[in-house]
Amino acid sequence: MAAPTPLSAGDIEELGEELDRLRAEVLASRGEDDARYIRRVIAAQRGLEAGGRLVMFASLLPPAWLAGTAMLTLAKILENMEIGHNVLHGQWDWMRDPGIHSTTWEWDSASPAAQWKYSHNYVHHTYTNVLGRDRDLGYSMLRVAPEQPWRPVYLAQPLYNLALAVVFEWGIALYDVEIERAWRREKDLDETLSHLGGALEKVARQGLKDYVVFPLLAGPAFLPVFLGNLTANVARNVWAHSVIFCGHFPDGTRTFTEEEIEGESRGEWYLRQLLGSANISGPPALHLLTGNLSHQIEHHLFPDLPSNRYAQIAPRVRALCERFGLPYTTGTLPRQTANVWGRILRLALPGPTRSRTGETSPEPVIPARAA
Amino acid sequence: MLAIRAFLGAVAGSMTSPLRPGDFRATINPLWSRHRLSGRVEEISPETSDTSTIVVRPGLGWRGGLAGQHVGVDVSIDGVWHRRTFSLSSPPGRPDGLIAITVKARPDGAVSRHIVHALRPGQTVRLGHPSGRFVLPDELPDRLLFVTAGSGITPVMSMLRHLAEGRRMPDVFLAHSARNASEVIFGEELRRIAAQFPNVRLYEHHTRPAGGRPAARLTMAALSAICTDIPERMAWVCGPLGMVDDAESYWRESGISDRLLTERFHSVVSPGGGQGGRVRFIRSGRETTATADVSLLAAGEEAGVLMPSGCQMGVCHSCLVPLVDGRVRDLRTGEEYGAPGDLIQTCVSAPARDVDIDL
Ligand SMILES: Cc1cc2nc3c(=O)[nH]c(=O)nc-3n(C[C@H](O)[C@H](O)[C@H](O)COP(=O)(O)OP(=O)(O)OC[C@H]3O[C@@H](n4cnc5c(N)ncnc54)[C@H](O)[C@@H]3O)c2cc1C
Ligand code: FES
Repeated sequence: MAAPTPLSAGDIEELGEELDRLRAEVLASRGEDDARYIRRVIAAQRGLEAGGRLVMFASLLPPAWLAGTAMLTLAKILENMEIGHNVLHGQWDWMRDPGIHSTTWEWDSASPAAQWKYSHNYVHHTYTNVLGRDRDLGYSMLRVAPEQPWRPVYLAQPLYNLALAVVFEWGIALYDVEIERAWRREKDLDETLSHLGGALEKVARQGLKDYVVFPLLAGPAFLPVFLGNLTANVARNVWAHSVIFCGHFPDGTRTFTEEEIEGESRGEWYLRQLLGSANISGPPALHLLTGNLSHQIEHHLFPDLPSNRYAQIAPRVRALCERFGLPYTTGTLPRQTANVWGRILRLALPGPTRSRTGETSPEPVIPARAA
Repeated sequence: MLAIRAFLGAVAGSMTSPLRPGDFRATINPLWSRHRLSGRVEEISPETSDTSTIVVRPGLGWRGGLAGQHVGVDVSIDGVWHRRTFSLSSPPGRPDGLIAITVKARPDGAVSRHIVHALRPGQTVRLGHPSGRFVLPDELPDRLLFVTAGSGITPVMSMLRHLAEGRRMPDVFLAHSARNASEVIFGEELRRIAAQFPNVRLYEHHTRPAGGRPAARLTMAALSAICTDIPERMAWVCGPLGMVDDAESYWRESGISDRLLTERFHSVVSPGGGQGGRVRFIRSGRETTATADVSLLAAGEEAGVLMPSGCQMGVCHSCLVPLVDGRVRDLRTGEEYGAPGDLIQTCVSAPARDVDIDL
């Protein structure tokens, strides 16, 4: 990789070996405590969801509406982030529990699990931050890196990114169908249509539940329940959108070209994941609500390690970064969100196409070591 | 009525989508799920120094079984589920609704040792549905012969308990082999049944009697001198491989193989042949490598793939998976086989070279 890092080929290899060792250590120590953790999160999530919907039936009283909606929002956030995303990554497959397994799991999101696993686990996690290859939503719809050539449509990107945040789950589902690739004849039309059908079916099923079945069951509280469910879905969408955008787009993260990743070694792959991801700092509750994507760096290095372990290995990953003079990008949620939005606003206008490799992370660990 | 149930089911399903109502019930109590059958351990009682009986309350969806059948049991060890097959030792249809398995801890057995030494009342196990043809016929024959050794007594115990509850006890000859009297699983109960029913004869064969000289293993030839009417009896044999093989050739030579039912608890695998290779699980996107003596089932489980399985010894066909590409070797016969689309038994098949399977 021709990446301008201060590391020699030997350093990169050593970094890779260190990270491999760290991974093996966690793999060997997975056990009952981890299993109990995910079972508890799932139980809590289901309790919150059932409780929230029940409380919402009393919605004619405003406090009940508020409490019910808050509980359901929390439940939906947990379901998508700490549970859905991570189970679908196969983080819990080692338990061989057919009830908590990437091949049997389906989630409360418009994207059918199978389609999402392909576009996310494979395409995004393999080609992380490689312009032209990483189909992460940001890179196709928005100009989030100065290296992306400017087009007039980007003038509107602050607006449509806002709209995207509100309908995030549908945006992802539609995007995963890859209609634009079918348009360019890169993807078979029948396959695309069957993917589209799958996504629409899922949208309909989840929509029926939130906007028809539960409101009808609430009888006179039809409207408040309808609105409560809508609020929960929108809040979850906006939350997921914010967290995900903080993962790869804040200052300090960088993008790569297809040439750079040609013949990439394992150590170089690790390095790209490190340089292309950013963490969010905060208390344990924040980590839980972000599905531990607040440990985006650790997650990208080891996508299939159980999420409850990311916090545990984070100090060691950070120490490795210090040792090798690599940036470890992290910042609080408000700060990273403001940073990403600043960038989206800035890059809406034509302008700098220079490489940003000179930029430092918001919280530089130590200055790059001289090569 | 049915239409109303179906409607309510559909409403409940749409309320819990993408999960099933059973997933929510199981979160409160694992026994309340119908599609993932579980049981709760009620009691564990030692039978001998290395064998215990586990009494389990099966959850919703348990359909019951026949005396002599076996059931897949999953236990969680260090957070990982492991499946093994055990014969039910309880009679079918106990009034309290409980079932029992009786497990012997093998010296280096991963699961059996856990069940005997670490499982505790109150813990949850997963259950399959009972299956197997090692059962009593609908119409009971007048004379029966059971030949068992060690833990091979378990399915026969279920049958004997069932018979003892019935209206009429047929003529039963039970030959059981164990190291010594105190190592006989269910020893006291067997002796009590033999004392209670005049037409039940119990012959205990001890290979290492306490204070006595070691004796030879129980063979059919030796047994025929003690039980003189073997050919007239319908026979059930369950024990170590040597004993079952011996019985099968004895009945075959007498030309009455149709009067014999056997059950094996594990199978012999023949080593060698092929070099193993990369195993790809197409649908789950996993990949691993396995040597020529590792079953695809073991390799897949190790790689975190959800592998269907049952007996794990090539008899139940629960583990069938379509082969996509490559060749596999039957671990029992050493024979290499497999064309794309063939259903292979992963529990007794190892990769002969690189294989892709549709899972
Ligand atoms: C139809 C059927 C019914 C069964 N019923 C019972 C039962 O009622 N009670 C019971 O205790 N077991 C029963 N078994 C055996 C049981 O399923 C397990 O194979 C056994 O408990 C060993 O599992 P493990 O995980 O402890 O051993 P593993 O860790 O799987 O194996 C450890 C070692 O022991 C050897 N081994 C495994 N099983 C046996 C065996 N049966 N005899 C000798 N060596 C063996 C293996 O080859 C291996 O070398 C039954 C098996 C079948 C197929
Ligand atoms: S598990 Fe029974 S045949 Fe393979």
